[in-house]
Amino acid sequence: MTNDFTIVVLAKQVPDTHDVGKDAMNPDGTVNRAALPTVFNPEDLNALEMALKVRDRMEGAKVFVLTMGPFRAADIVRESLYRGADDGAVLTDRAFAGSDTLATSYALSCAINKIPNVKLVFGGRQAIDGDTAQVGPQVAEKLGFQQVTYAETLVDVNEKCIQIARRLDTGVEVVESPLPTLVTVSGTADECRFRIAPRLLKYSKAIIPSEAKDKEAAEKMFAERPYLKLTEWTAADVNPDFNRLGLVGSPTKVKNINNVVLMKKETVNVAPNQAAVDDMMRSLIGIAW
Amino acid sequence: MNFYSDNDRLKFYLNHPDMKKTVELKEQFFVDYGQYADAPANAEEGIEHYEQVMDLVGEIAGSVLAPNAESVDAEGSNIEDNKVVYAKGTAANHAALTQAGLYGMSLPRKYNGLNLGYVPYVMAAELISRADAGFANIWGLQECADTIYEFASDEIKEKYLRRIHEGATCSMDLTEPDAGSDLQAVRLKATWDEASNCWRLNGVKRFITNGGADIHLVLARSEEGTTDGRGLSYFVFDRADGGLTVRRLENKLGIHGSPTAELVYKNAPAQIVGDRKLGLIKYVMALMNGARLGVGSQSVGLAEAAYREALAYAATREQFGKTIDQFHQVQELLESMRTKIDASRTLLYETARRVDLTKSYEALAKVRPLTPEERKDYKLNARMADALTPMLKLMSSEWANQVAYDTIQIHGGSGFMREYPCERMYRDARILSIYEGTSQLQVVAAVKSIGNGMYVNNIEMYDAQYMSADNRTDEQNALRQQLVEMTEQYKSLYEKARQMEVVPERRLTEMLAYITMGYLLLLDSLRCECFIPSLRNLIAMGRGEMAKHATFIQ
Repeated sequence: MTNDFTIVVLAKQVPDTHDVGKDAMNPDGTVNRAALPTVFNPEDLNALEMALKVRDRMEGAKVFVLTMGPFRAADIVRESLYRGADDGAVLTDRAFAGSDTLATSYALSCAINKIPNVKLVFGGRQAIDGDTAQVGPQVAEKLGFQQVTYAETLVDVNEKCIQIARRLDTGVEVVESPLPTLVTVSGTADECRFRIAPRLLKYSKAIIPSEAKDKEAAEKMFAERPYLKLTEWTAADVNPDFNRLGLVGSPTKVKNINNVVLMKKETVNVAPNQAAVDDMMRSLIGIAW
Repeated sequence: MNFYSDNDRLKFYLNHPDMKKTVELKEQFFVDYGQYADAPANAEEGIEHYEQVMDLVGEIAGSVLAPNAESVDAEGSNIEDNKVVYAKGTAANHAALTQAGLYGMSLPRKYNGLNLGYVPYVMAAELISRADAGFANIWGLQECADTIYEFASDEIKEKYLRRIHEGATCSMDLTEPDAGSDLQAVRLKATWDEASNCWRLNGVKRFITNGGADIHLVLARSEEGTTDGRGLSYFVFDRADGGLTVRRLENKLGIHGSPTAELVYKNAPAQIVGDRKLGLIKYVMALMNGARLGVGSQSVGLAEAAYREALAYAATREQFGKTIDQFHQVQELLESMRTKIDASRTLLYETARRVDLTKSYEALAKVRPLTPEERKDYKLNARMADALTPMLKLMSSEWANQVAYDTIQIHGGSGFMREYPCERMYRDARILSIYEGTSQLQVVAAVKSIGNGMYVNNIEMYDAQYMSADNRTDEQNALRQQLVEMTEQYKSLYEKARQMEVVPERRLTEMLAYITMGYLLLLDSLRCECFIPSLRNLIAMGRGEMAKHATFIQ
């Protein structure tokens, strides 16, 4: 039984990149999040599942989900609670607007420092909006944690260390890392478990105070059902150096994003024999024979 | 794929005007609120909860159960070491639903249940049946828990009920080689064992759905020397206690998603559920109506699945230079399929609402005496539930077979081949009009309500309800007029029919069913005009059927 073992999951609400419209970009070159439908970043769901698996093995451990974004990013905390997370917080402040990976990882590391007894941090390998895969490793560096990337399977875990199977281009390798460790999880890991019905019913009305349309009604609801009040942290709550946050703290500039549609224009049937394959190879590498 | 969110009809029935009342009663006016975090504060929240849970069931049905259905059908279950081992897909289905906390749907929260009403319970069964009609039996047998909750001692409830939520499976062991439709002939013996302070079961059960389950409810002869139903009691048996052998699994035409076993009980220790001698006449009868409603949901779910296969195929298959759904003959088939599904579904949820209210009044009556008004409402709902259940089972199961048949027809030669799911659905459908009481027995069960005029009362009540609506259109009024004429025609045919040497009971039941479903669709059409085409079609079909029956009766 461990009461001092907190597992943090970093999860991001991302625009559904299946559906990028004309107004996807702001004039200043940042992503116009308000114009896009949002989803739970897929690999962060894999990360949540791995965190829940660790908790299932470590009696007394707790899973805490941390997300940064606008008010509606509270969806991430709700969804995580439905699926079994114990607690969570939304890091939300105008000061974070325009953050690149450097500023984001800085803000997240400040928030993690606020959470007691963090032994493990899980996050998706990368988010589908930026595809940088930088935030996880940068957070680990800032926290001074070990890091394991491309995690696919949880092999073993105890109070001292974790064993992870990593999926690499060349195969699978199992590594052991002393805690505290940050793990980035790839999409080939187990899918996240389903929502759990009683938890879904319990938390479906949960909100962060800033989401409330009617503040008075929200206060009344929180008084009656305290578990419906989700934690929100502003920048000031996590004691940052404000010069390292938001646009000011972000050296990266995005020039443009495009919706790339791969289209099948022409098909060639290749017969299953050596000669046909040779022909195909020649045409692919552009050798006129 | 989410089988709930892709079908607007389901949300429509969850938001039926009577649902507010069913939620209030099921929640006993929200006594659990404040005590359990997942309990709703009011009816609106209760209905939101129903929608959320159905969305979850729909997600699992669409993303886990349906993709597994083909491999489950091919693989089936096996016996290993006296244990029934499910097909891999079946085990995964059960694990997903257990993980999502969905078992124990209607049990009280005290026993880790979700305390959902009968309407969402039935809807979950429809969703699951659309994915895998065979698996729906394993899912539906959680209803055994409700029997335990309703009739067993507190000690038994404590022992068994929380396990349902954790994924313990159930079976209902009634049928024997010589006791099928006639359960009074059950011979499996129960004898009291003074030394171990329990009952001992000895004998054979046959055709037991999910016979390898963890928890068994067993109908057995506790009164030595008796030969009829009054000598039978109901027992609960824990598989872990030993004494049960799974002798063989049946090789079936369909529903391979649920194993059907022959069981041998040898000195198996068991506890009695409720009172001696009431096994068949009270407890099994009580659950039989539930089981029939379960087959109703299975029928509607399967028919929905088959219809969607037919629609999708007809929209992509090209012949003579166009897709076949542009041919009138195919359109007519598709329309008749949709009509049968819309009609059986409205009857399904009407029946479910009546059962929902009946059960909730019965539960409430254990807490406090019902007011005279509530008692009256209880009696009406109980009688309606009794009348509608066999009608639903009869019509929906026969129609599910017809829809599955037509789906193969639309697929043409391809439908006869094994690579399309429609052939599985066709095989799965065949049991629906047989088990939990054959169609013929449903007619027998309906006779009482024909004789005492319950069906006609019902119809007149629906008519009055329609006439009191203030948004009726001319078209709806004209359709209603046809239903009025059909009712008059039925009444005069009934007068003739009852003089006949052999009363054509099935014909009478079917005529009443058409009129009943017609009125239900008419009422639905007041809330959504999307039901008008099916209503129009149903009335046309019904008039044709009545003309046919009239020829026979005259």
